Amino acid sequence: MSESTTPAALQVRGLRKAYQDVVAVDGLDLEVRRGECFGLLGPNGAGKTTTIEICEGLTTPDSGDVEVLGMRWSTQAMALRQRLGIQLQDTQLSDKLTVFETVRLFRSFYHQGPAAAEMIDLMQLGEKRSSRVGSLSGGQKQRLALACALVGAPDLLFLDEPTTGLDPQARRQLWDVIDAFRGEGRTILLTTHYMDEAEKLCDRVAIMDHGRQIALGTPRELVASIGGEHLVEFSVGDKGRALDTETLRHIEGVSDVRLDADTGNVRMQVDELHRAVPALLNEINRQGIPLTELRTHSATLEDVFVALTGRHLRDE
Amino acid sequence: MSSFADRSLAQLTVVRFREFLREPEAVFWVFLFPILLAAGLGLAFRNRPAEVLKIAAVSREIVAPLRQEKLLDVQALDATAAETALRAGKVALVAEPGSGGAVVYRYDDTNPEGRTARMLADRALQRAAGRIDPVSSSDRLMSEPGSRYIDFLLPGLLGMNLMGSSIWGLAFGVVDARRKKLLKRLIATPMPRYEYLLSFLLSRLAMLVIEVSTLLGFGVLVFHVPVWGSLAGFMALCVLGSLSFSSLGLLIASRARTIEAVSGITNLVMMPMWILSGVFFSSQRFPDIIQPAIHALPLTALINALRANMLQGASLGQLWPEAAVLGAWLVVGFTLALKLFRWR
Repeated sequence: MSESTTPAALQVRGLRKAYQDVVAVDGLDLEVRRGECFGLLGPNGAGKTTTIEICEGLTTPDSGDVEVLGMRWSTQAMALRQRLGIQLQDTQLSDKLTVFETVRLFRSFYHQGPAAAEMIDLMQLGEKRSSRVGSLSGGQKQRLALACALVGAPDLLFLDEPTTGLDPQARRQLWDVIDAFRGEGRTILLTTHYMDEAEKLCDRVAIMDHGRQIALGTPRELVASIGGEHLVEFSVGDKGRALDTETLRHIEGVSDVRLDADTGNVRMQVDELHRAVPALLNEINRQGIPLTELRTHSATLEDVFVALTGRHLRDE
Repeated sequence: MSSFADRSLAQLTVVRFREFLREPEAVFWVFLFPILLAAGLGLAFRNRPAEVLKIAAVSREIVAPLRQEKLLDVQALDATAAETALRAGKVALVAEPGSGGAVVYRYDDTNPEGRTARMLADRALQRAAGRIDPVSSSDRLMSEPGSRYIDFLLPGLLGMNLMGSSIWGLAFGVVDARRKKLLKRLIATPMPRYEYLLSFLLSRLAMLVIEVSTLLGFGVLVFHVPVWGSLAGFMALCVLGSLSFSSLGLLIASRARTIEAVSGITNLVMMPMWILSGVFFSSQRFPDIIQPAIHALPLTALINALRANMLQGASLGQLWPEAAVLGAWLVVGFTLALKLFRWR
């Protein structure tokens, strides 16, 4: 089948949901293609969880249309549930059961899927097979939750904030497991407020704010959309007022220069680091101003969010 | 993966059972506590031989005839010592000589021991003085199984235990799962929702067999409590009682979101039944005007039916009014619970 005739894994049109006075989702359109990993990125309260729970059939929208794997919740809920894998944001599985007993219970709900023991090994929980859930670490609990979501061999996997609250090593381990699942050509919709997670896992990302989509594209496209691909930050200490930023703006490939005259910190967006940095150093040298610090980093989705909203993703 | 053990209903039921057995406190309250209670109360209220009563006699002449009575322990004391002993409650009665060969008994007539001692002492003195009772009498004592306090108590404890474990088991289990968002997670799977609720009832029934047989076994082996009715009828009553309390538990749990809320409601529901339904003493002691209400309570119905089965050998057919009360609670509770139930 060609790209155009393959129906989308998930199609959302004009979605709206309000709680009392708060509008959680405000006219959202989404399309998740089969086989891709799609990320909903946004700060807390952007409406990500409400959106994903409507797609999961757990919340009914006020208005709008949701089509999952070509089916609708109103008519084919049971058939749909058989083909979805779901991980909710803060489910506590029963502490009294072992890892194996828990996965076996979830396996019993599905017609198809790998054996419980196989799933546990896949999630790198083999050693913890007979341990009580209550004794697992945060990362192990998340991998167990993922095992319960995957044990029905779903076509579409929903992950709501899968790595929130985990340490860096546990996050990387979970990413590996999610990556392995992607390799099997299945579709994933995940929400996150970590831009590095979206960059690492997602083919396409929709940035959400106040219940609306404010940007859509591959992580690379989104980063490119704000101008420079790199950020250069340097400091001239107390010589901030003596610095002539106008000449800096004319360096080739520089799209934005912001000076904080009090601290002497300067932030520049640039296209090509290898051309801009030598030119910058020459110019500073020419002005006779000593450089006290110089840092560069690639622009991230965080920078995209800042450029679009003027706020940081994790301004809580 | 199609074996019976891997069916979702079997898995859900087994999980319920495991969760219960791995909660040491729950195991204590359901299995051990009723046995300790039965043992304690059975010992405290066991039928003892009549107690010997202590009395004091001030005059030497009446000490000898009083000592003829085996149920009296007679001390010879002078007037002041006797007075002190009576006031301190060390003796139940003081017998002192009155004028003209008469005897005066001093005792507190609000104290049953005093009144008994008065009758025993007077009978001993009158007989010693030559009285012959015109009617001959003999005693036959009630101590055979079936009429003792422990026989009355055990069906009460069984009923109370079934109520407690059924209501708690369901209400706590469901609310705990709702609080942990486990209910929401489960309905995100293709699990049939009725199977989740059914698994609670099935695991209750499995638990019931263990629960009832430990308490009943203890009563039969240690106190020789009789079961004169049919065992099948007895089990049928236990199952019906347990199901109707489970539906009450489900109703309590249908909307509560916190353990505190569900504890409060549960105690509110169970407390009146502990007091009114005749667990420890007959519910007939309450005024006639509230008797219809007491008889409509599920615990009253269950306990009365169990007592009738065990102690009078009543058949299920004779117990239909109690069975109807339990059935009504079951149907009404379950219907209402399903209407109100909140999965998230």
